[in-house]
Amino acid sequence: MDVAFISGLLFLALIKASPIAFGAMAGLMSERSGVINIAIEGMMLIGAMMAFLGSVLFNDLTGGLQPKLLSLTIGLLVAMLSAGLIAFLHAYLSIHYKVDQIISGTVINLLAIGITNFTANAYIDQVGLAGLGVFPTIEIPFLSQIPVIGKILFSHQPLVYLMLIMVALLQYALFKTKWGLHTRAVGEHPRAADTVGINVNRRRYINVTLGGALAGIGGAFLVLESVGRFQKLMTTGRGFIALAALIFGKWTSVGALGSALLFGFSEALGVRLQLGDLNQLEILVLLTGMVVTLLALVWLILKLIRKDAFQISWRVILSAGLAGLALLAWATSAEFSSVEIPVQFLGLLPYILTVLVLAGFVGRATPPAAIGKTYDKA
Amino acid sequence: MLRRLQQLAKPMTKPDTSKPVLRLRGITKRFPGVLANDNVDFELAKGEIHALLGENGAGKTTLMNVVYGLYQQDEGQIFINGKEITIRDPNDALENGIGMVHQHFMLVPVMTVTENLMLGHEALHGLPVGSLGQLDKEKVSAEVKILADKHGLTINPDAYVQDLSVGERQRVEIVKALYRGAEVLILDEPTAVLTPQEVDELFEIMRSLTKQGKSIIFITHKLGEVLEIADRISVIRDGKVVGTATPKDADQRKLASMMVGRDVLLRVDKKSAKPGKVVLELQNLIVLDESEKAVVNEVSFTVREGEILGVAGVQGNGQTELVEAITGLSEVFAGEVKLLGQDVTSARPRKITELGTAHIPEDRRKDGLVLPFPVSDNLFLNTYYKDPFSKGTVLDESEMAEAAADRIEKFDIRTPSSSTSVGSLSGGNQQKVIVARELSRPVKLIVAAQPTRGLDVGSIEYIHNRLIESRDKGVAVLLVSSELDEIMQLSDRIAVMYRGKIINILDAKKANKEDVGLLMAGVEKA
Repeated sequence: MDVAFISGLLFLALIKASPIAFGAMAGLMSERSGVINIAIEGMMLIGAMMAFLGSVLFNDLTGGLQPKLLSLTIGLLVAMLSAGLIAFLHAYLSIHYKVDQIISGTVINLLAIGITNFTANAYIDQVGLAGLGVFPTIEIPFLSQIPVIGKILFSHQPLVYLMLIMVALLQYALFKTKWGLHTRAVGEHPRAADTVGINVNRRRYINVTLGGALAGIGGAFLVLESVGRFQKLMTTGRGFIALAALIFGKWTSVGALGSALLFGFSEALGVRLQLGDLNQLEILVLLTGMVVTLLALVWLILKLIRKDAFQISWRVILSAGLAGLALLAWATSAEFSSVEIPVQFLGLLPYILTVLVLAGFVGRATPPAAIGKTYDKA
Repeated sequence: MLRRLQQLAKPMTKPDTSKPVLRLRGITKRFPGVLANDNVDFELAKGEIHALLGENGAGKTTLMNVVYGLYQQDEGQIFINGKEITIRDPNDALENGIGMVHQHFMLVPVMTVTENLMLGHEALHGLPVGSLGQLDKEKVSAEVKILADKHGLTINPDAYVQDLSVGERQRVEIVKALYRGAEVLILDEPTAVLTPQEVDELFEIMRSLTKQGKSIIFITHKLGEVLEIADRISVIRDGKVVGTATPKDADQRKLASMMVGRDVLLRVDKKSAKPGKVVLELQNLIVLDESEKAVVNEVSFTVREGEILGVAGVQGNGQTELVEAITGLSEVFAGEVKLLGQDVTSARPRKITELGTAHIPEDRRKDGLVLPFPVSDNLFLNTYYKDPFSKGTVLDESEMAEAAADRIEKFDIRTPSSSTSVGSLSGGNQQKVIVARELSRPVKLIVAAQPTRGLDVGSIEYIHNRLIESRDKGVAVLLVSSELDEIMQLSDRIAVMYRGKIINILDAKKANKEDVGLLMAGVEKA
């Protein structure tokens, strides 16, 4: 366990977190304005496929003469546009036809699976389309030279930077701008918004659709910055993880990024452990120790701030702290036999760790009050 | 002499009715199957408080929603200061100086007062980037403070709305309308949610607003308030204005008969109570809410045969939870509920019902009736499983149909047929279905929660008479109501509930409205 190992994990965590953060932001735009969005998964899947098709077909149609970067960018735009369109369908079903938003979302998820699988079987695999590769890494001048942090934060592919910018922008926009005020009002108390002349349904259409474009970027990320080509069902539930990240992040983009990072970190860890060159038991004990200690620390701080209003008792906090420290001491002092943990269990790691930590760290989140309800004027 | 001089010195603030600020002519509004407003004429003079009096469903709120642009009229014209205007949405209304305080507040609880006030016409600063422009909360907050102080309305612009009391929220609503430049203020049932003291404060605010030249339309169905505050009163019934009067030439009886269309008994005649054995006894009852806070806190009282115990209190002080605990609908944390000497603490509702408890729930549409079911089914929700309505596991429909017809007649339920779904009946008739169901079997205790909420004068009279009648037959009645008048009229003893505690139990004969009102606001006499 050295600095390079940890910083490598964090670097990978940020990459793994990016598509989830994009998905969570899509959910944020939609749900803050009062429309439940469980269709993020489908939007991302469509985005992934269209990013691939868009970039490859543009390259083919122009005879491969255009620079690769342009083709990839076209692919990204096509992904945003098509995921936005699918999102508009969700908005249209749930606002215009007042379809139950969960059902509409499910329909869109199934539709996306159908469309992409069909296209992959009937066209992509038949023709044998090959990908164009991925966006290059951009080392940010000077900043990327900072030891440790430079490697973790400032030598990424462009969509990672875009994700960080969008998270900050959305957080600012939601609480400091007119758009944000309208969005929150429409999601909390649409009738109040209506009585001061805000067009509730228009705001919802726009937010859901723009959110869809963000989910499209999340899907495109998988193709354009990771795998380089489209695979069937390649989102593997990231859209739903994004939804969970949104909820755990209490419907803020910064909070959602935090949850996404945690998930990204555990995913990165799972990937890293699968290489098999590390003592897996030692790492797991060490990490559990770190998490428990951190949890106890957070509880301690909350207890000191909120006093009796914080429900967890001193005894629990104290024992958690001691247990965490004991685990850390054990991990650093003892010799562990090198046991092979089956790959499947390592694959589970991100899910288990995410649930455990978030359940401990984050209290109950309150969704926007008008979420899931169609707005009728009369 | 001095008094006379003072009277002369007081400026005559009689509103000038010759030049109305707002005039409606021939407003007609139809909904599918309903004529909500039928050729309505209405005038509002500058500096006037014009009350719009009518029963629920008479069309008051529809009319005002037309004026405020939430609905469009099918026919008719709206004039502001003599000029005809079209109002397509609330923005048009606000631009023409019309503001409205809705019965259900139009405030976003998780936002601050300032954010709520700026919503819809935001002050921005910084870069000109359209709707992504930065909100200038400091500026609005300062403006609001000045405006509120000018009208004597104390509000804290930085407080979150969810932390404010109902009265404070109402002030925020009024300031919101003023902030948008309202000259005409529509107040829709503003007193429904207030304590008597808060009502007095509101009336003070209304008077001071009219002194500053604002004009107010005051929507209500409460007769006493109208006579106290209004300069003019228009009564609306079945969508039509049936008459306009001034408080001088009207009294409660006259207004009530205009509202209902027939003579109404406003006072309940009742003999003095003859309390018998104890029927219901509560001892140190504690009920917790979801966050483990005591919403009913060590409540003890008894209700005897042949008496009505009224529980007074502003909505949300634990009455709902108290009733749910007594009727077995929610868990009791500590304490004891005894019915006819039996311990029924946290017993199943059916056991409590079968011991002879009738429950008229607070929310009749949610808890009292199965709305899509026909009237007849709703009449047997508590007895369907018993002889003669059930033979073994099979319902005897002909028996039920016969009994239903009998009850519909006996309780005067106005329904097209016994197979009509109960959801399509009026509120008054829905309540009669519940009363018929609950009282058509031998009962020892009636738990009536807000039994006349939202009902018209005629139905209120009916329900009150039924309760008194049961009392005189020796039934114990627990009446929970936030209508102080109702409590004063019906109760033999009055228990006042405040923040989960019964803070006092008074003898109704000796209690007066002011004292009970103060207790409801949590003010205990020294």
